[in-house]
Amino acid sequence: MTARIGVVTFPGTLDDRDTQRAVRVAGAEPVPLWHRDKDLKQVDAVVLPGGFSYGDYLRAGAISRFSPVMETVVEQARAGMPVLGICNGFQVLTETHLLPGAMLRNTDLHFVCRDQKLRVENASTAWTADYEQGQEISIPLKNIDGRYVADERVLDELEAEGRVAFRYAAAPADAAAPADGYGNPNGSLRDIAGITNEAGNVVGLMPHPEHAVEPLIGTGRTDGLGFFTSILKNLVAA
Amino acid sequence: MSLDTVKHAEQTPDVELPWKELGLKEDEYARVREILGRRPTGAELAMYSVMWSEHCSYKSSKVHLRQFGEKAPQSDAMLVGIGENAGVVDVGEGYAVTFKVESHNHPSYVEPYQGAATGVGGIVRDIIAMGARPVAVVDPLRMGAADHPDTKRVLPGVVAGIGGYGNCLGLPNIGGELVFDACYQGNPLVNAGAIGVMRHEDIHLAKASGTGNKVILYGARTGGDGIGGASILASETFDDAKPSKRPAVQVGDPFQEKLLIECTLEAFAERLVVGIQDLGAAGLSCATSELASNGSGGMRVELDDVPLRDSTLSPEEILMSESQERMCAVVEPDKVDRFLAICEKWDVIATVVGEVTDGTRLEIFWHGEKIVDLDPRTVAHDGPVYERPYARPDWLDALQADDAAKLARPASGDELREQVLKVVASPNQASKAWVTDQYDRFVQGNTVLAQPEDSGMIRINEETGLGVALATDGNGRYAKLDPYTGAQLALAESYRNVAATGARPLAVSDCLNFGSPEDPAVMWQFAEAVRGLADGCLQLGTPVTGGNVSLYNQTGEAAIHPTPVVAVLGVIDDVARRTPIAFKESGQLLYLLGDTRQEFGGSAWSDVVHGHLGGLPPQVDLERERLLAEILISASRDGMIDAAHDLSDGGLVQAITESCLRGRNGARLIVPDGLDAFTFLFSESAGRAVVAVPRSEELRFTDMCGARGLPATRIGVVDGDAVEVQGEFTLPLAELRSAHEETVPSLFG
Repeated sequence: MTARIGVVTFPGTLDDRDTQRAVRVAGAEPVPLWHRDKDLKQVDAVVLPGGFSYGDYLRAGAISRFSPVMETVVEQARAGMPVLGICNGFQVLTETHLLPGAMLRNTDLHFVCRDQKLRVENASTAWTADYEQGQEISIPLKNIDGRYVADERVLDELEAEGRVAFRYAAAPADAAAPADGYGNPNGSLRDIAGITNEAGNVVGLMPHPEHAVEPLIGTGRTDGLGFFTSILKNLVAA
Repeated sequence: MSLDTVKHAEQTPDVELPWKELGLKEDEYARVREILGRRPTGAELAMYSVMWSEHCSYKSSKVHLRQFGEKAPQSDAMLVGIGENAGVVDVGEGYAVTFKVESHNHPSYVEPYQGAATGVGGIVRDIIAMGARPVAVVDPLRMGAADHPDTKRVLPGVVAGIGGYGNCLGLPNIGGELVFDACYQGNPLVNAGAIGVMRHEDIHLAKASGTGNKVILYGARTGGDGIGGASILASETFDDAKPSKRPAVQVGDPFQEKLLIECTLEAFAERLVVGIQDLGAAGLSCATSELASNGSGGMRVELDDVPLRDSTLSPEEILMSESQERMCAVVEPDKVDRFLAICEKWDVIATVVGEVTDGTRLEIFWHGEKIVDLDPRTVAHDGPVYERPYARPDWLDALQADDAAKLARPASGDELREQVLKVVASPNQASKAWVTDQYDRFVQGNTVLAQPEDSGMIRINEETGLGVALATDGNGRYAKLDPYTGAQLALAESYRNVAATGARPLAVSDCLNFGSPEDPAVMWQFAEAVRGLADGCLQLGTPVTGGNVSLYNQTGEAAIHPTPVVAVLGVIDDVARRTPIAFKESGQLLYLLGDTRQEFGGSAWSDVVHGHLGGLPPQVDLERERLLAEILISASRDGMIDAAHDLSDGGLVQAITESCLRGRNGARLIVPDGLDAFTFLFSESAGRAVVAVPRSEELRFTDMCGARGLPATRIGVVDGDAVEVQGEFTLPLAELRSAHEETVPSLFG
């Protein structure tokens, strides 16, 4: 039996179908979860996909954290269940304090949509084990509230404990004409694109791995598939 | 004033009503009285005034638009034609696609963010009202001069509005255009297009049938925003002396619309809906009268039951409000509970506000009194029809005689190089990534191609790879020189763009943006453009499935360039065969397809280098366009080409620049025999494309072109990190890139 991965839909969630597809492409079974339902239907892991849950009213992710489904997700995540938050899902994870820090409006105040180069800084979490430490990947980024911030103490702690999972990659110094997508797109502190909790089961990031799982679609790369194959191996091994 | 009921209107025939303030003309008001056999009530007047506005009734354009039906080519693909919320075409495998382009020009000038945002919202509701899931949006834009201070107010607001709304809805933005021209300074054009996909059996229509069926209003509460938007804003020219029209612009809430999409599609899936209509221009007046008019019976509506945002609204205001994110469904009585439950699941307010009756009248009640009693057809379909006078403008001869051939051309390779840089860096020819990077093009996970590709492409069947492509084009400069040819050039370019990506053009939608119909010169431009488009569609075999007309894009005497924007929808059997624009493989051979002539009238070069607009636009040869399209589609299907780019404004050098920069490869070009370097690079002759052919496919490809009679000229090779035109100049990619990519961010970033 293959792993069952829950994909939560809040009102205003946009990338739920994409995430279900990515789970399927990786070979696992996607299980739709509804925000009003506390029941996680015995899934092995949960993804909180991107979008504008509750219209981002008040603050991105601020209302979703109070939804019934999140009560169970938080409880299970603390007990070790793997949880991945993508974009708005990452914002929800910080609002629930499963992950530290917060997201502010991008420094240039625009929505930005582009291929984004990332460096994998921690290839030992439940969601990143299929990548190499230091590997460069390119996956779509699309947000307006993507600027990761936390106080210095928290940032130092994240660095010291190896909990920065992804950083926006700087262009290679020797490249005369670097490809698109390098650099920090939104002013995130220390170029942080994604982080993990101490246990490595909860990961959140702003860019979108679920949009980079098929060679024909989107960026034309499959660099995001590793998130979903990582979790599958993790669960099968467990 | 006490309530103006039908009874009261009968008793007080002499009461003066503000018909003029509501935008009706004297003879139109007389006609309303004649239809009703009495004076209208305030509420009836409100309904007639918005529904008979230019925006809703097409009263000036109708007599011309008939040609789209009369000259329609035979097409098996057409499932639903002109007159419904949006046209529907068959794309195979049991799928149907609906698409449409609409204008939101006037509101976007008054209030750029909300105007543009609600433009996206409106077109998307048209798509869901047909029963389809929206899968993509596009936004053709026309702005005033790039360096004008007001453009800095309008464009960033419009882009943020389109992004803010579309991104939040989860719809990939896959195409569109951005053109700057001083003629749009006080009248920017904000057109919005959308595509939706459904199964054939899921097509829904706007009609209220079945006596006793319930009329359910669902979505946002009704507020005081956008009152009279269609009649006052969209149907008159701007005049500096009048007070701000900002209150007539609607305010959008994309989150509410996202819920509306999901809950509507769920209700469709459970087959709960008999008829459906979105509430856009003219709000409830439009939805109730159109549903009732298209159905078999009458309709009775209790206006007190409409959920309000502002409890002080009068019944007239409720009928005229253009509050966004509302829809109206007709549901059988035993399915009402289930319909309401689905709305509750998605936190959408839904209220039964009326029912279908066995009569023929639309009757609306307020506090138990009848305030509207009329034949809905007279509101929805029997509006005035004008045969506006039109005449070829007297200035046209002089304009056409001012031939671009006499303009000074570059005298040396260095000068040519300098002009190439100047053209590709000009705001119109420069990269629009600053705009399109503010739109989500990835969401839904089916985007195969998006801007700056020749057309946007969406996969609709994951198993088979079936997909659709959409391109929008329109060149106001060409249309100003010759509106008949200009409209056909817009059609030809859009058709060519779809074919360049490997898709087969199937159907057409349009958004016709013009000045005031009360000016005979403008009316002539409109009539000529419609005639050109209808003739062109007949010849290419692509029917017009619907469209939109935006008139009064005029400030004082100054009308915009006639700007017919043409959208062509294409279908591709397997998106894996799509052709992108990027020159990705060094060593591939570059072929120029088609004939290059001395055609510079209305060209980008004449504008950028000389500030000139005159002469005639390029010739149109639609048979050639069809042949070129067939070659591009065959070459894509059989793997003979790896890249293709259509040639249009800016000519060959524009296409080469975009394809090289996107592929991160240079090109070495040789000027073919019989052409000079300048004409080779800048001519805007139609019916052309440049393709990159792998060496292994060269013979097969040139044989095919030869056999079918399409001129194919080898012009060079993909190579190096510069664009080199042999014997003329060399332009390093880095220099070309900064020229092409820095302009728009430096103006608006």
